[in-house]
Amino acid sequence: MSNRAPADPAPTADNRQKLLEATMRRHQYRPDALIEVLHKAQELYGHLSPQLLASIARSLHLPPSRVYGVATFYHFFSLAPQGEHTCTVCLGTACYVKGAMEILTALEAETGLKAGHTSPDGRLSLLTARCLGACGIAPAVVLDGVVIGHADAETLRARLHALLEATPVAS
Amino acid sequence: MDLAELHAIAERERARRKAVRVLCCTSSGCQASRSLELFHQLEAAVTATGQDEAVEVASVGCMGFCGQGPMVRVEPANLLFERVRPEQAPEIIAALAGQPCSVERGDPNHPFFTRQMHVVRRNGGIIDPERIEEYIAAGGYEALYRVLHDFSPAEVIQEITRSGLRGRGGAGYPTGLKWATVAKSPGERKFVVCNGDEGDPGAFMDRSILESDPHLVLEGMAIAAYAVGAHEGYIFVRGEYPLAIQRLNRAINQARKLGLLGSQIFETAFDFKVEIRVGAGAFVCGEETALIASIEGRRGQPRPRPPYPAEKGLWGFPTLINNVETFANIVPIIENGADWYAAIGTEKSKGTKVFALTGKVRNTGLIEVPMGMTLREIVEDLGGGSPDGTPVKAVQTGGPSGGCIPARLFDTPVDYESLAAAGSIMGSGGMVVMDDHTSMVEIARFYMAFCMDESCGKCVPCRVGTVQMHRLLSKIAAGQATPVDLEQLEQLCRLVRETSLCGLGQSAPNPVLSTLRYFREEYEALLREDAAASANGKP
Repeated sequence: MSNRAPADPAPTADNRQKLLEATMRRHQYRPDALIEVLHKAQELYGHLSPQLLASIARSLHLPPSRVYGVATFYHFFSLAPQGEHTCTVCLGTACYVKGAMEILTALEAETGLKAGHTSPDGRLSLLTARCLGACGIAPAVVLDGVVIGHADAETLRARLHALLEATPVAS
Repeated sequence: MDLAELHAIAERERARRKAVRVLCCTSSGCQASRSLELFHQLEAAVTATGQDEAVEVASVGCMGFCGQGPMVRVEPANLLFERVRPEQAPEIIAALAGQPCSVERGDPNHPFFTRQMHVVRRNGGIIDPERIEEYIAAGGYEALYRVLHDFSPAEVIQEITRSGLRGRGGAGYPTGLKWATVAKSPGERKFVVCNGDEGDPGAFMDRSILESDPHLVLEGMAIAAYAVGAHEGYIFVRGEYPLAIQRLNRAINQARKLGLLGSQIFETAFDFKVEIRVGAGAFVCGEETALIASIEGRRGQPRPRPPYPAEKGLWGFPTLINNVETFANIVPIIENGADWYAAIGTEKSKGTKVFALTGKVRNTGLIEVPMGMTLREIVEDLGGGSPDGTPVKAVQTGGPSGGCIPARLFDTPVDYESLAAAGSIMGSGGMVVMDDHTSMVEIARFYMAFCMDESCGKCVPCRVGTVQMHRLLSKIAAGQATPVDLEQLEQLCRLVRETSLCGLGQSAPNPVLSTLRYFREEYEALLREDAAASANGKP
């Protein structure tokens, strides 16, 4: 996991640290801004590492248990680094009724990953979402931030393949 | 800012308008089908054909027919184009000059459009949500001006009470009553909170309203704040809705710059500032006490009520919490009067309701219909029935807190009481149509998996009960259960419903109970023992 350095908070004072500091300053280091700060931290660093959580706890004068508790309570926050690419299958009711499970099963078989996991080489995370609110174009899948509506397993497999440059993800 | 200045902005905006407007939907659903690219191609095509003088291309909000997106509409000719690809932009622009055009045409006279009544969605697909001038040209912020100058806070509450508006978040609590409670609660500070944490799978009304017409919600919040005596507001939006957050941010900044939010609004003594709080993905945060905890930067865990937020809410101060769609109803009520509003809908459920019509139905998208329309009209007339002719079996309303209504009860009018009598709820307005291929046991299991994952863990009945119910449902689905398991499941349903702390746990058994009520034979067919006998003996 050490080769995933960009997602780890760098010890040296880089720009991201400054940006995070600015966010906390804007909220006057108030403890109730914790969730806003965690959002910003995850946006900057990609995930919330233990060191990052500890430094946020210090800055906002909160017990580390509280920061950890909040970070793990919400689905949006990730304590583990995400893959280089992410593929999120929406499992909302509309998508489910229109076959999202079949898509997920096909992608699991294709990548050898279980939903919610990242490949050991850090290239791909296969995730699920509870509902993206894109029910009008169900089933929906988000590939690296791009929403694909009326998705089907075949096209998705092909797009995923192209994205990973036809090299299979080691499982 | 005063009324004359507001009218001047509207006047300038109307003068700026060109004779022909090409409206291109750039809501999230259509954006997923490359509508942003299409928008730029349309602009390029207008310039390329030298029609800049007469034709403008506008980026607008949701037109409702999401399943057929991206949508393009041309005014005033009322031409509708569906499933448009960016490459087809020149053809559409050429069609304005009467050239033949092969792009798929939509029918603006389709029942999907004509059977609707737009109150909340009146600007959706018509104005550019990123330009406050267009909202003002459509009459925006005049209701706020009138309220601040001509109404006392008590008169505003009276108007809302008389309109009969009920909370659109799901439970249908009378809005006027809630406002009155907050207004009379003592507190040196008060808050207005807009609940935009739309976590129901299968629902996207709030997303669409926020993306298509953010100022309508802001203006409604400001009127509410004036009525209850609040000066600070929060909009709590799901983190999964980045476009809604972006457009709201922009709307707040624009309104602040024009003096429509902030201090001394319309040169009166009324101050109101609004901040956005981005949710972090927890369904339970839709529950008002959990939502408050989340705004305060804590885990989104509910607490027992009373005291209700109306008395002790955010940081212990009286807090008014309403759903996005509820706030969006306020401006139309002030504009047209309580009597006008009360004349729409049924006796106990007034006004219109926005539904997200999805699943196994030909026309998927957002619809706004008067309360009291029957499920059959919605599914068959507006929705066009199932896409491949397979009989429609049921409609699931209200998300994980709701239930499945079978096809034989499709003459049920859609209002709070009738849906409750049918064992479901209005919820925030998700409607997922299911056909004969859908297993009801699987649907119940699906919702239970959702509730199990989303339980905040604070109270035992919900935390443990949902897990056990999910296990029993899985056992049934796998064909390994006996009648005893089914009995146990029903007992557990009642227990969890009656003993859970908040709405999430109290309503988690609903999808199971409603499917058991109407589709019991599907459960029994999966039982290992006595399957044949029980299928004969029970209703």
